[in-house]
Amino acid sequence: MPSLKDLKNRIESVKSTRKITKAMQMVAAAKLRRAEEAAEMARPYSERFDALMRKLAASVGDSENAPRLLAGTGSDQVHLLVVMTAERGLCGGFNANIAKLARAEAEKLKAEGKTVKIITVGKKGRDALKRDFGDLFIDHVDFSEVKNVGYDDAQAVAQGVLDRFDAGEFDVAKIFFSRFENVVTQVPTMQQIIPADVDTSEEAAAPGAFYEFEPDEETILAELLPRGVATAIFSALLENGASEQGARMSAMDNATRNAGEMIDKLTIEYNRTRQAVITNELIEIISGAEAL
Amino acid sequence: MADTMQFDLVSPERLLTSVQAGAVQLPGADGNLTAMPDHAPLITTLRPGLVRASGPEGEAEYVVTGGFAEVSSESVSVLAERAVPREEMTQEEFSTMISEAQKKLEKTKEVFVNEPGPVDDAAKLLSDLVAMGDEMGLSAY
Repeated sequence: MPSLKDLKNRIESVKSTRKITKAMQMVAAAKLRRAEEAAEMARPYSERFDALMRKLAASVGDSENAPRLLAGTGSDQVHLLVVMTAERGLCGGFNANIAKLARAEAEKLKAEGKTVKIITVGKKGRDALKRDFGDLFIDHVDFSEVKNVGYDDAQAVAQGVLDRFDAGEFDVAKIFFSRFENVVTQVPTMQQIIPADVDTSEEAAAPGAFYEFEPDEETILAELLPRGVATAIFSALLENGASEQGARMSAMDNATRNAGEMIDKLTIEYNRTRQAVITNELIEIISGAEAL
Repeated sequence: MADTMQFDLVSPERLLTSVQAGAVQLPGADGNLTAMPDHAPLITTLRPGLVRASGPEGEAEYVVTGGFAEVSSESVSVLAERAVPREEMTQEEFSTMISEAQKKLEKTKEVFVNEPGPVDDAAKLLSDLVAMGDEMGLSAY
């Protein structure tokens, strides 16, 4: 049975833990609002971008000299997985879920006899995948210095991926991130970025206006596609940012609640023990008096 | 015929403006062009320059560093790589842009030693930026 002093110390320590988790929760809530706003503001661009891409892809997609970023290299032997996670932990299953999805995909591709290469963005995903796939890592992007993810950061990541593609290092690229649904739900998602996964079907069904192109379709598409990669990565990073804060907020909310419960339990135990001690002392005094 | 059309200017990070405009001047890759309502559908790439929109709510100018524009009969949407309202454009920011373009030119020169294409593109980007600075009264050096 723990002594009164032990119990008191434990209560104090749980209380200070609760203070920390509570503070983290509030910080995450504030950051979440900002991250959500950023994701919201970036949405018009990516929506319009996709629409534009669809229009162009519909008119160029079938021609023989379609760019390789759209049509692919003609093989799908080497896969590049870009796993985007957070730089910090203490955010529930956020990092683990993304890593799990990436792991499943990597195992699947390996079983099919494909070559897998991995680029990690964010320290946590790297740590999680290091043991099983450490030898497949070809690059790591460190975002620990970046406070608010900007388009430039996404572009730097995209440029790295594109350079490797141009050098013929892989055929298919996929990104892994967590889509932000709401504070309690974040969906780990896999998205193919190279070759561009453009949905031309609905466009083909309803051909839109005939556009004039300046300079010409292929030149525009050649400029559009690399930016498509950057845009996809950028919105993935923003979704990830919001998801991370959301996950952390609910994780810390839980932790705070658990700490509260634990404090209640320990307080009851403390009071019981205190009473037992008093009763004991009384019994000793009374029996001492009776013995006289 | 409607005398205004929807004009949207978006950059990857935010929606800069979404208004009704009577005419929009765009720095197209093959030269400036002005789009007015009922323009023929057009998709073009942009070079660095000024996007100028005039409409019932007055005139607004934005600096863009490249991107795309989609013109249809009732709307113009500009997808800029980077866009700043002209009033917020400072000499400092302009100098960073210039030096970035210069660095890019240097790098392209190193990478594509015997291919004039990409080097010319980078050089054009730089000179477009300089020309835009001249127009705005900002010095490139």
